[in-house]
Amino acid sequence: MSPPSDAKTTPKITAQVVAKVAHLARLDLTEAELALMTTQLTGMLDHFGDIDKLDLSAVTPMAQPFPIKNVYREDVVVPGLDRQEVLDNAPAPQDGRFRVPPSNGSES
Amino acid sequence: MTSEFVSVVDIVGSIRAGKTTASDVLEQHLARIDKRETEIHAFNHVMAESARANAASIDADLKSGKERGPLAGVPIALKDNMCTRGVPTTCSSKILEGWKPPYDATVVTRLQQAGAVVVGKTNLDEFAMGSSTENSAFGPTRNPLDTSRVPGGSSGGSAAAVAAGFAAASLGSDTGGSIRQPAALCGVVGVKPTYGMVSRQGLVAFASSLDQIGPFTHTVADAALLMEVIGGHDPLDSTSLDQPVPSLTAVLGRGVKGMRIGRLADMPDGCEPEVLARLDAAFAALKAAGATIVDIALPSLSYCLTAYYLVAPAEASSNLARYDGVRYGLRVESADLISMYGATRAAGFGAEVKRRIMLGTYALSAGYYDAYYGKALKVRRLIANDFAAAYQSCDVILTPTSPTVAFPIGEKTSDPLTMYLCDIFTIPSNLAGHAAMSVPFGTGAHSMPVGVQILAPALGEPTMFRVAAELERAS
Repeated sequence: MSPPSDAKTTPKITAQVVAKVAHLARLDLTEAELALMTTQLTGMLDHFGDIDKLDLSAVTPMAQPFPIKNVYREDVVVPGLDRQEVLDNAPAPQDGRFRVPPSNGSES
Repeated sequence: MTSEFVSVVDIVGSIRAGKTTASDVLEQHLARIDKRETEIHAFNHVMAESARANAASIDADLKSGKERGPLAGVPIALKDNMCTRGVPTTCSSKILEGWKPPYDATVVTRLQQAGAVVVGKTNLDEFAMGSSTENSAFGPTRNPLDTSRVPGGSSGGSAAAVAAGFAAASLGSDTGGSIRQPAALCGVVGVKPTYGMVSRQGLVAFASSLDQIGPFTHTVADAALLMEVIGGHDPLDSTSLDQPVPSLTAVLGRGVKGMRIGRLADMPDGCEPEVLARLDAAFAALKAAGATIVDIALPSLSYCLTAYYLVAPAEASSNLARYDGVRYGLRVESADLISMYGATRAAGFGAEVKRRIMLGTYALSAGYYDAYYGKALKVRRLIANDFAAAYQSCDVILTPTSPTVAFPIGEKTSDPLTMYLCDIFTIPSNLAGHAAMSVPFGTGAHSMPVGVQILAPALGEPTMFRVAAELERAS
């Protein structure tokens, strides 16, 4: 799945790659947006190639400023959000639920 | 501090002494909003009605001898990415237009409990992504000191609201400099606390391992007071530090005698000469007050920009996946679920947000993860190690907050990378999770304000505030 850990950040970004990423990100980009994004991402990734100069083989990744541990609370009932207040924000509430279009592309 | 405006500390004192009322103080601020808001556009939403009711209730309580807290009657503005129950919270994005959160952010609750009067929600770069507040879906904010220039960003509305006297203080959020850089560009004080010192509960997430809330104020003492109110452990934020916020108001008079102030031996290119001259003047002032100047090195500094602009978009691409048109905000109706997601997000997000979601999705995608995100996390470790080494020989580090003074509106919008370079000095403390703040220290080109940044290690706020107070005395 992943390239070897010494993989270079050499950008090989094409319009096809950008279109694939847009689909993964659930963004319907126009042709013009895809073209602009290809140019701009290429420029940025070129710049970001500066870290290829560093020898990072012995460096531990740092995903958080400080170590994270699980935080638990007492298992007691506390008030949740007001259901109506939450549903009032929904674009299409129905019968106390969130209505969405069919996932298979056709009404059933 | 601009002499025409009154500090938070003075407002609290005058109201307590019965020299003025919360309502009078509020009306003075609302009058300034009436006069200049159309020109500046600091706010997405002014809350005059609820503010007047709150001020009146505070006045009534104080009259009857009831205690209303350390900020009783202080008008405060909130960046519009902090949840306010029943009040629109947009993140300056079309995708959240009209959303009314069903809960308050912890900082909002703490401000209200302390007696602050919220006057409105301030403009920002959409989802806090930007350095100029030009990326707002509702139009840019202008710098109150020169309306042809940007206020900085992303918390440009919060900085402008304080600089224009629309609020005595405000809150912003800082992911890569979004409090400190606009504070510098607008000539006010701005603080990015140690990661975990202020609760992020109810702050709309951008990059969760970097985001931190902090205050904008006219004075260092005001910032210290605000920190004591909003800081401290919150069980609702799993990254909240489990300890009380240190006393900051008590240490401001202690001076800097014997303190070791770090100076970068190699200053990155691109700083305006006037900015560097003000930094030199700041070192001279601290030396005159008894501090020692020590040359230090942060060898990984120039790589921080790459690390940040991979880590932050990666986290953002994940955090912003929640805007799918199902539970709140905008929905563009489509025949099926997947196309509804794509159409909604395409219509709801602006260009910069789309760019960062794309960059982040790419950096996290199969085949590229190790080459981009994985490497960026290692560079993040390098800068943290650099800081650890530097703090062996100094207590704080002084840098410019921004390489330049406020730039003209439109100057950097065409090239995202040029805009990203604004953040070179502010990004490292977010990556490391450390404390940092910007203090106004004179003016540079075009008579615009220059901010000096004080960097301190994690939980180094007391030392940092002592240095800030000394710079304020010297400026």
